[in-house]
Amino acid sequence: MSKAPVIIAGSGVAGLCAATELLSRGMTVELVDRAEKAGPHGCSWWAGGMLAPWCEGESTEEIVVRLGTESIDWWEKSGVQVTRNGSLVVALGRDRNELKRFGRRTGNFREVDASRIGELEPDMEGKFSSGLYFPDEAHISPRDALRVLEQNLTGKGGTFTNREIGSLEELADQNPDSLIVDCRGLEAKDRLPDLRGVKGEMLILSCPEIRLSRPVRLLHPRIPLYIVPRGDGVYMLGATQLESGNRSRISARSMLELLSAAYALNPAFGEAEILETGVDARPAFPDNLPRISRSGNIISLNGLFRHGYLLAPAMARMLGEYICDNKKPEVWHEYPA
Amino acid sequence: MREFYGTSLPNPLMLGTAQYPSPAILADAFRRSGAGVATVSLRRESGTDRAGQEFWKLINDLGVLVLPNTAGCHSVKEAVTTAHMAREMFDTKWIKLEVIGEDDTLQPDVFGLVEAAKILTDEGFQVFPYTTEDLVVADKLLNAGCEVLMPWGAPIGSGLGLNNVFGLRAMRAHFPDVPLVVDAGLGLPSHAAAAMELGYDAVLLNTAVAKAGDPAAMAEAFSKAIEAGKIAHDSDPMEIRDMASPSTPVIGKAFLS
Repeated sequence: MSKAPVIIAGSGVAGLCAATELLSRGMTVELVDRAEKAGPHGCSWWAGGMLAPWCEGESTEEIVVRLGTESIDWWEKSGVQVTRNGSLVVALGRDRNELKRFGRRTGNFREVDASRIGELEPDMEGKFSSGLYFPDEAHISPRDALRVLEQNLTGKGGTFTNREIGSLEELADQNPDSLIVDCRGLEAKDRLPDLRGVKGEMLILSCPEIRLSRPVRLLHPRIPLYIVPRGDGVYMLGATQLESGNRSRISARSMLELLSAAYALNPAFGEAEILETGVDARPAFPDNLPRISRSGNIISLNGLFRHGYLLAPAMARMLGEYICDNKKPEVWHEYPA
Repeated sequence: MREFYGTSLPNPLMLGTAQYPSPAILADAFRRSGAGVATVSLRRESGTDRAGQEFWKLINDLGVLVLPNTAGCHSVKEAVTTAHMAREMFDTKWIKLEVIGEDDTLQPDVFGLVEAAKILTDEGFQVFPYTTEDLVVADKLLNAGCEVLMPWGAPIGSGLGLNNVFGLRAMRAHFPDVPLVVDAGLGLPSHAAAAMELGYDAVLLNTAVAKAGDPAAMAEAFSKAIEAGKIAHDSDPMEIRDMASPSTPVIGKAFLS
């Protein structure tokens, strides 16, 4: 193994997890990003931070559930505060059948009745007659998590360079002895033509009246909603999913829908203050599954879709195993030459 | 076979493109079912911008006829604007016209529908109106220039099937020469087969396939059911009777023993 550093392009959740993992394997790592630190320019900033692999099983494939289960311990090990309180899934009376469907598609949950829901979340008491409780799920605050990883990076001997990345091919030419890891998310579209953006919109509310201690998902055939507590009465409401790479602004319709769903969960959300609105585009491949691929000295780690914080740890592990132990990642993708 | 504005469909399944777990699974559903038409919603799937290009490209790459729709439009003006956008984006005169009257039930606003249909056909669009099984409304849509009618089976996304078989049968009888499509509310392949048995020319659905555990397999099941229903209709099914009618002669048999 050469002494030249592994250069990771992009310091979103994928790049930071990759850097953390490679450093822990004793490698020299240089992380490059055009932004000085994590912020609203990257979609990691706008994530929900749910570590909910079993719930995600409703709409994704087995591999996401399996890889996602690694994430909870990984984040904790990395010094990020992980709240292991499970998550709760409910539906309003006339959408009750959605719960059945959700239960059929997922696993590792307990069915809960009205009184148990009231015990778990007193502020939801009396509103829902049944729900699903996923006790092993957890959540984190994504922005805190990015900050912790950034601090760890320099603390553990990695370097961070704040500059324009430019073309990765040029970067590779300039550093012939280095491996380049492309973690630029949607920006990597110049090299990965089948990558696309899936627009997501979210809100951050302050509603100290309501106390929720775990993420709650409200099932609805058209407007699925999740609410993630950020502590101190602050909640993240998400998230829409639109086939569009647009990342300009939230639409009135989306805001209306998200807020109506929250209002349905508890009318006190009507009194909340809107702290932030957020919009970004998630990088996804046509099958919405993550990939690691390689072309010359450039390894691409991308397509984390709506599962950034859930999958980045497993992706980082596989990257480490590939670079250090030559083990082919499960999510390997071979592009035709 | 009745033609849709001069086009005969290779396969009478019209499949929506929303709510699939991934574009790859969507493409699979089209491959396995051989669906002849893809309906796409400009509003609900990607907003009104042009940033959904990758998705549109994917739809175009399916190699099927594209029927853009105005799903999510609540007024005549909105529907007309969306239709203009769709024409530009997909380079087609076809438009599935949806004017929603009420957000909760998603029932069509038939008054706005007739008005929008008139405007759009005057502009040269070939309109596929999403309507109810009301015969008077249907007549007005035809007068407005529509040459296809798309009555609902049941409310959008409900999966209930054919809620008013009598109404749908009356529509078929009343408009023998108009291509008719059952649109919305189907949940199972048997519902689609029933629509074809009534003599309908096509069925349009989305949720029943997209939200199935295995969308591609369900799309194939619908396609087979549609084919069965069509063959059944074309082979002139027996009439029903109130009494049993033995299929083998009973005279001479010791049936009283």
